[in-house]
Amino acid sequence: MALVEIKNLHKSFGSNHVLRGIDFTVEQGEVVCVIGPSGSGKSTLLRCVNLLEVPEVGEVFVRGEDITDRDCHLDAARQQIGMVFQQFNLFPHLSVLANCTVAQTSVLKRGKAEAEQIARANLDRVGLNEKVTAYPMQLSGGQQQRVAIARALSMDPALMLFDEPTSALDPELVGDVLTVMRKLALDGMTMLVVTHEMAFAREVADRVVFMDAGVIVEQGPPAEVIGNPKEERTRTFLRRVLDPTHVEPTP
Amino acid sequence: MTVSDAVVEKRRGLSPRQRAQRSRGIQYAVLIVIVVVAAFTANWGQIASVFFKPEFVKSAFTSGLPGAFLKTIEYTAGAFVIGLLGGTLLALMRLSRVAPYRWFATAYIEFFRGLPAIVVFVAFSLLPLAFADLVIPLDPYGTVWLALGIVAAAYMAEVIRAGIQAVPKGQIEAARSLGMPAGVATRKIVLPQAFRIVLPPLANDLILLVKDSSLVFIIGTSAAAYELTGFGRDLANTESNLTPLVTAGFCYLVITLPLGLLVRWLEAKAARAH
Repeated sequence: MALVEIKNLHKSFGSNHVLRGIDFTVEQGEVVCVIGPSGSGKSTLLRCVNLLEVPEVGEVFVRGEDITDRDCHLDAARQQIGMVFQQFNLFPHLSVLANCTVAQTSVLKRGKAEAEQIARANLDRVGLNEKVTAYPMQLSGGQQQRVAIARALSMDPALMLFDEPTSALDPELVGDVLTVMRKLALDGMTMLVVTHEMAFAREVADRVVFMDAGVIVEQGPPAEVIGNPKEERTRTFLRRVLDPTHVEPTP
Repeated sequence: MTVSDAVVEKRRGLSPRQRAQRSRGIQYAVLIVIVVVAAFTANWGQIASVFFKPEFVKSAFTSGLPGAFLKTIEYTAGAFVIGLLGGTLLALMRLSRVAPYRWFATAYIEFFRGLPAIVVFVAFSLLPLAFADLVIPLDPYGTVWLALGIVAAAYMAEVIRAGIQAVPKGQIEAARSLGMPAGVATRKIVLPQAFRIVLPPLANDLILLVKDSSLVFIIGTSAAAYELTGFGRDLANTESNLTPLVTAGFCYLVITLPLGLLVRWLEAKAARAH
């Protein structure tokens, strides 16, 4: 059974039909990178996996449970799905440690000592064990994003969603976050990553999904999708991303 | 008229700087005239003995001013707690998905914000007449806290609602994506941030509340329950001198001026955080 299975997903914002029939699975232990031009619906797809966006049509199964079913225990399903946002969304009124324990104690009902131990272990994993008492505002963007990863990991998720995790970072801070994500992938975490980092996708992903205009255009191993794309739309996109200063010859 | 004529014409008038200087000169002259006239025409001896007679200041302190000062603080503090709890509840109701809650909160807020607070106090003063067996506990605190708190809740509800809506949507998304139910996310994530945002305006409401506590004398409390205004008014009546009331008035400033500084400090702190 696939960890995530999405069937015929449609989502609109007003008259803007963002997702136009997505069928898609993520297997246990798989690292899937979703690439595509902005406005292609990749972030919306990601946000449908934990139902931050509610699709109009289609089903999302997480471990075989349909989370679009209104009788589904959505909060319980979300506990298994960690999410990392483009803008980090750390809780500014809580310390780094409390950011990583608040959901553990209030949702998983873990004791304070246990929650802190788990939080410290995960902060250690992202290389920020010295920052436990700091507040998010005192950290750089890259550090904040790593705390956000530790916060999500502290819930022991079966799946991690990354929504353009490095897009809001200064270029020199991107590497630290990608290093943490690469390590996570090597540890066997199931990951679904929306990203513009082609080098990361090529190196870390088991599968790359190219989306455009609300549909999946092509998917497969990175060597095929990025290295040797079959579809013209994929080729056009990759040309722009990999060689942004290239000027198309005028016919 | 040629261009050079226009330049000459302009030079003959006053430059903007000269005009500003002349305007300031006139303002100072008017001020000096007023001060001189006031100094020579007013009966300063009488004014001093009616408003600032030292012996009445002293007698105010010995005949219960500290107690009245304490009462003002007690009335305000209790009403602030009721206003804060009621205001938070009303704010959450206004943002509720259940329409009747929204309607009720909106009606309540609009009603009590539009009403002069004095009307609420007159109503509370008449309640015992209308309902003979009505007992509001903790007399007189219960009645005072309720009357002040009911109005304060309406004001604070709007402030708190604005604060809740100022918390970025990403905060709620992050909380929900960690599996927090809506109630937990509101309690642990949204409200603490909302209160941080509205701390300066809430402190402002507290200042207004200190002053509104003077309306308590309308309810008609016993002398033992007098707050500053009631006390000052009563003593000014018996002494036929305004000094006790002026003294009571200064006591309000002792409370409100530090609160005003607190508001400014909170605002500066909030400005730094952004």
